[in-house]
Amino acid sequence: MDTFSIAGKTFASRLIIGSGKYPSHAVMVKAHEASGADMVTVAVRRVNISDRSKESLLDYIDTSKMFILPNTAGCYTADDAVRTARLGREAGLSNWVKLEVIGDERTLFPDNEALIEATRVLVLEGFVVLPYTSDDPVVCRKLEDAGAAAVMPLGAPIGSGLGIQNPNNIRIIREFSRVPVIVDAGVGTASDAAFAMELGADGVLMNTAIAGAQDPAAMAEAMKFAVRAGRLAHLAGRIPRKLYATASSPIEGLVGR
Amino acid sequence: MTITLNGDPFDISGPLTVSALLAKLEIDARRVAVEHNLVVIKRATFDDAIVREGDQVEIVNFVGGG
Repeated sequence: MDTFSIAGKTFASRLIIGSGKYPSHAVMVKAHEASGADMVTVAVRRVNISDRSKESLLDYIDTSKMFILPNTAGCYTADDAVRTARLGREAGLSNWVKLEVIGDERTLFPDNEALIEATRVLVLEGFVVLPYTSDDPVVCRKLEDAGAAAVMPLGAPIGSGLGIQNPNNIRIIREFSRVPVIVDAGVGTASDAAFAMELGADGVLMNTAIAGAQDPAAMAEAMKFAVRAGRLAHLAGRIPRKLYATASSPIEGLVGR
Repeated sequence: MTITLNGDPFDISGPLTVSALLAKLEIDARRVAVEHNLVVIKRATFDDAIVREGDQVEIVNFVGGG
């Protein structure tokens, strides 16, 4: 049985999805259903005091089927990320956090130094920490040493849809890591997700690729199959690449020879 | 008296519990997390934590994100 577990908790799907940027709650609900995912990320934000008429996100996520993973998106210091993680734990149902400490506004690349520091603090406080990190095997090893329950290297900048920019690094990170490797960010379409899984990733996390598609529910279904197909292909063991052809049909018994 | 609520000045008539503050704001306590002077308040203690003049209160909830 090919099970996917993080910190002792087993998930049915290796696809982890976001809840941001959907055109409406109704579209999100359909996409979530079609994705087959059982873990969804959410952000922690101030309640609008002057206008509280907005519906609650949790009214549109079936928490009996979906595990909620609060993030620290938008935090630029370790302190802010730790603070946000603590609030997310209290607002939510678990001690899990998708840890983000951003280092640059244009690329949204992580500040890995602050990320490692925040990981250490939160692990000591009993959090299950899933850090969003650069696709750097050394940083991933340091995060694992700091107690991260998984490492989540980016495939490309958040929301860019560029696909896996450094496949070699993802493979090396998989080789180095004793914790699950989840490719987080950069997926544009189904083949990107399949490729990440073929490289050996244990899971893929995406938001924009589904929420921003013209038909989010259809893309969510495509991602479900892509992640599964990529995983199966990885386990099956692909053939070696060769420069020249090898015939698939017998070369003996040809008519006229 | 004035407190700082989610970054902005906010007037209240006097010291009150976090529960009372949430009720006054018509916020469902089960859906939010509260930070009081930089310390996260456990939901079970919303009735005990007292907000006073000059205190900083953050009230957050979950929104869509990736």
